[in-house]
Order: sequence, then C-alpha cells, then structure tokens
Amino acid sequence: MTEKMPKKNLFSSQINLSKFTPASEDEKRQKEVMSESTTFFKDGMKKLMRNPLAVGSIIVLVLLIVTIIVAPMIVPYGYEEINNIDGRRDRTAANLGPFQYSETEQQWMEETGESRFPHIFGTDSLGRDYFMRVIYGTRVSLAVGFFASILVMIIGVLYGSIAGYAGGKVDLIMMRICDIIYSLPDLLMVILLSVVLDETLGSAIEGTVFASLGSNMLALFIVFALLYWVGMARLVRGQILTIKENEYVLAARTIGTKPPRILRKHILPNCLSVIIISVALQVPSAIFTESYLSFLGLGVSAPMPSLGSLANSARGALTSYPHQLVFPAIMICLIVLAFNLLGDGLRDAFDPKLRR
Amino acid sequence: MSNEYLIEVEHLKQYFPVRTGFAKTTPLKAVDDISFAIKPGETLGLVGESGCGKTTVGRTLLQLYKPTGGRVKYEGKTIFDAGDVPELDAEGKPIIGANGKPVLSKPVSVNMLPYRKKMQMVFQDPYSSLNPRMTVEDIIGEPLDVHKLYANKAERREKILRLMELVGLNAEHATRYAHEFSGGQRQRIGIARALAVDPRFIVCDEPVSALDVSIQAQVVNMFEDLQHKLGVAYLFIAHDLLVVNHISDRIAVMYLGKMMELADADDLMNSPIHPYTQSLLSAVPMPDPKIARQRKRIVLEGDVPSPLKAPSGCPFRTRCPYATEQCAAERPQLTDRGNGHMVACWNK
Repeated sequence: MTEKMPKKNLFSSQINLSKFTPASEDEKRQKEVMSESTTFFKDGMKKLMRNPLAVGSIIVLVLLIVTIIVAPMIVPYGYEEINNIDGRRDRTAANLGPFQYSETEQQWMEETGESRFPHIFGTDSLGRDYFMRVIYGTRVSLAVGFFASILVMIIGVLYGSIAGYAGGKVDLIMMRICDIIYSLPDLLMVILLSVVLDETLGSAIEGTVFASLGSNMLALFIVFALLYWVGMARLVRGQILTIKENEYVLAARTIGTKPPRILRKHILPNCLSVIIISVALQVPSAIFTESYLSFLGLGVSAPMPSLGSLANSARGALTSYPHQLVFPAIMICLIVLAFNLLGDGLRDAFDPKLRR
Repeated sequence: MSNEYLIEVEHLKQYFPVRTGFAKTTPLKAVDDISFAIKPGETLGLVGESGCGKTTVGRTLLQLYKPTGGRVKYEGKTIFDAGDVPELDAEGKPIIGANGKPVLSKPVSVNMLPYRKKMQMVFQDPYSSLNPRMTVEDIIGEPLDVHKLYANKAERREKILRLMELVGLNAEHATRYAHEFSGGQRQRIGIARALAVDPRFIVCDEPVSALDVSIQAQVVNMFEDLQHKLGVAYLFIAHDLLVVNHISDRIAVMYLGKMMELADADDLMNSPIHPYTQSLLSAVPMPDPKIARQRKRIVLEGDVPSPLKAPSGCPFRTRCPYATEQCAAERPQLTDRGNGHMVACWNK
C-alpha cells in the first residue's frame, strides 16, 4: 500500500490509506445498536437531578421530614406538656430563650448532678418546650399541605377528566359550576365554612379516629376539598382537550377500547407531568392557607399547635421574645420555598412544552 | 342480499356543524352521499386533494364519527343505518310506498365492539398515532387486551413477537418507546397494531404520505405482501396518484365530499372520463422528462370552493371547462360507462 502512494506534496491533504483498516463485521453491527432506552420519567428525573435548586429543596424537605419524625423520639418533652420536674410544675420555665435552663432546673441539676435535655428553642409563655411545639406545628402544617393537595388532586383530576373527555354540553355545565365556585371570594368562604363545619363536625366525630385530629383540622381539609380543586380541574380539562385530539386516542377507539381505559391508559399518563407539577405547587399554597387561617384563629384547635397559630401567639410578646415568632416563621418560609423551588424544578424537567 | 362484498357503503353522509355566526350553525358537508363497495381481499384507492373528505370517509365508515346519513354494511349485515336510505326491490328500483314516497330503511346502530376486530385503521401521522408513554409491546398488545385474545402472558408475548416479525420489526424492540423509532418503523408498529386483531378490512388513511419516498416504497410493498399473506381488504386513502395506482385494484376520485369517478385502476389511469380526473392525472409528475415534456397539462381555473358554500348541482362545475346549465341545476349521479367505470358527469 505504502509503495503505491504517490510522493506526497507537502501541502497535499491526501489521506494515507495504509493507516486505515476496514471495520470488522462485529464493529459494523455495533453501529446499528440503538441508543440506550430511556423513558420519559427517567429522562425527567435525570434533568431534575441536574437542577441544584431542586436537589437542594429535596434535601431540605427530606431533612425536615426526618426531623419531625425522629425528634419526638429523642426529645423528652411533649408539645402540650408544661415543663415539670418529677411531676412538679416548673413555674420559672416560662419564656426561656434558646438553650436556656430555668432556675428550678438549674437548682435540680446542681442537687442531683444529672443533666437535663436542653430547650433548643426555649419555652413559650406557659413553659412548654418550644422546639417540640414547632416540630408538631410543622407536622400539622405538612400534613395539611399533603392531604389537602391529594384531596384537591383526586377531585380535580376526576372532575376535569370527565368534563374534558365528555366534551359538549356536559363539559359546558361542569365548567360553569367550576366558574361559580371560582368566583366565590375564597377567604370569606373558608372562614364561613370553618366556623360552620367546626360546630357540626365537633359532635359528629366524637369517639372516632378523627377525634384526635380535631374538628378544626377536618374542617380545613373539607374547605380545601370544596374550594381549591377548581384550578386543578380546569388545568386537567385543558390538558385532556388537547391530548384527546391525538391520533393515538382515535387509534384506541378504532381498536374498541372503552372510554375509562382510554382515559386511564392514554390520556392521564400524558398529562401526569402537569398534574405532578401542579400538586407540588399546591402543597405550599395549602400550607400557606392553613397558616393564615391558624393565624386568624380558625385553624387547628389548642393545644395542638400549627405554625400559623404559633406565630399568632408569639405576636403578643414580639418585643420581649422575638425568637418565638422567628422560629415558626422560618419554618413556614423553608417549607414553602422548598416546595415552590421543587415545583419549578419539576416543571422544568417534566413539562413537555419547556423541554428541549 | 348477496355477500359478494365485504364492505358496502350506501349514500354515506357526514355533516359537521360549523358555527358561522352567533347561535347559527351551517352544516359542513365533509362527505355527501357517497356509495361504494369493497370485495374481500381487494384494494380500493381513494384519491382527492386536501380537504375533500377522504379521511372523513374512512373514519365515518369505521363509525368513529356517527354518520349523518346513509348505510354501512359488513358482510351483508347492516352495522349502521341512519334510516334515510331508500329500500330497493329485486331489480334495484326504489320501492314506492302507499303514500307515493320511496320506502326508507329502518335506523340501525349496533354495538361496534365485535366489528372492531374485523375493521381496523392505519393512521397518517406515525408520530402522533402512537402513545409516547407506552412501549411497543403494549401498543401492539392493546387490541389483544381489549378483545381478550390470549389465555396467558406467554401467549400474549408470543403473539406480539409474531406480529412484530410480520411487519419486519426486531423482537428486541418490544420494550422500547415509540419515540426511539424512525417514521417508517413507527408506521410498521401502527400496522402491527391494526393487524393484531386479525382484521379482514383495513382503512389506510394516507399511511405513506408522512414518510420519505424511499421508505414509502418499503411500506407500500409491505402492505401488498400482507394482503397476499392475510387476504385483507384495504381502503387505501392517499393523494399520491402513483402510489395509489401501484397498490389499488380500483380507484375512486373524490372532490368536495362527493365521488366523481370510480373505475379499475388501469382503466382510470389510462382513460379517465371525468374532467376533474383528467386534470388530476395530468398533474402527476412523470419520472421520464421526455414523456413529461410531451404531455399536455390541464390547468384548472380558480380555487376549490369552500365546502360551506358548495356550488349547486355538480360541485366541480365552477372550475369545469365543459360546464353547462344542467350542471348547475342538477347533480349528476354516478353512472356506469361500461366495464364498471362509474362517472358522475353530464357532459362526458
């Protein structure tokens, strides 16, 4: 080969063929192999994991959830328990600062030589451990956020998908009902419903498992379920209206697939990303609503704390003990911010309109 | 009734209400009084320009839209009847009732599920006709699931793999998603899905128009092979006359929702009678430039009228060089010009 090559000009770009070998059959076959199979979900998760803000939010949320589960097992105080030593009420323990011991506690430690678990966030005006109250308040707020969002999702997706798929007059009537609910001033409705439901539910749930939740908490869920599904229903309906025009839905009908299966197999999976994003953004808004309702005194009933009611009770002593307002406020900010950033990250990763 | 035909379509009408003003709708006559029949194992090509109602014919035929009027029969059994088709006696003359008007058929609308197994469809756009969230296996397996055509998982898988082999797909592609395939491969998946229920009739709705020319040939040839192997009948909808001519036994030409001409493929290509067909054929590109230069191109005047304001009588009369007063007054019916060559024209 090399001998046959004409003498190369200095500036010639002619390729020396002797430096190349033909590809073997095996190598040729390698070229035909298709790229790694990825699903929409895997692809989206990969994108999500590359978003530092979203990953940070996930870490913050996981830490928070671990804390609210683990902390009550470690900290020896209860959220409704007034600080006491050997069953005797500690009258000096009110309004302690973070990591501060009351006089009685110091006395007791000196006498016995044992150490007491510190009050990490101090205590409130009744001498209850404030860290535990914030932890339980976070539990309540997160629970309200999650369950309210799930309720909203279930009702909204069902309603929206029926309206969107049925179309025509059914759609028209169902969406006008939505519009009516949407046009109600929601804060007023929330307040009215919480007051009314609180009275009627109180006696109805006595002796059941719901009693421990408190009628106020249930009233909150019902308020969310009744009022906030409208946005979700509209979103899902809009999605379904566009997805059902796709030929694969027509293909499913040609096959003879029944409408429930078409909805389940073809339409809902294709608007799942939008639903997930909207639920993730619904959680902080539910937490926020719960907080301001509690702040107004309409939330969960005492002694159960929620972040909003903690902030409300700290308001009175704001000038003397500002930390009592700061801790629940930081917690609310942290949760709401983390969920919002996570929701944004999910949207960037999964929303088909924003992809590529 | 004889069962010579697999599919019989009589006076099929499909009007869509179009809002033309506040609280006012005008019917858009997408398909207006079309009749044809398809024999088992035969291919009927359906051509016409965009918006003439070809796709609507296919979809209405499969009852994906509820027809406005007409009758559809499968193997002689009526599967839909709007109740406006005149009953015919043994000689093919309308039966006149006691009140002097023709006796009309009774409305019929049957449960389509058993017929979905017999009549299938291949769609135009291989990109939107496959669900992006389903694997190939699930897409092809869905008809099997819906009609419960398997006893266990192993049988389902075996059937799916056999179908994939039939349309020339690799067995290892079964777990992949539709977006990982090329247009031609996707169309093969769509065909495998249609074949899963072992149909006797497939509506091919422009199955090759979204594909590259080189892939078109492969897919068209595959349609032919499948017909030889399985004996299915096709309604092959397309706007490419050469493709239709290649695959069809007979060709029907549509214009503005109405049928203009229906004849054997060679007959229609060599001696078109209707002026519209003539001009359509003169527009077909010829691969040989010598022949192409000699050909006389018939260029039509004007545009296709809006289907909302279709001309009276013959829909083609506004652009037809032979139009007379009769064309405006009365609509020409399809008449046999010998050898099954049906033409709807007064003057030719």
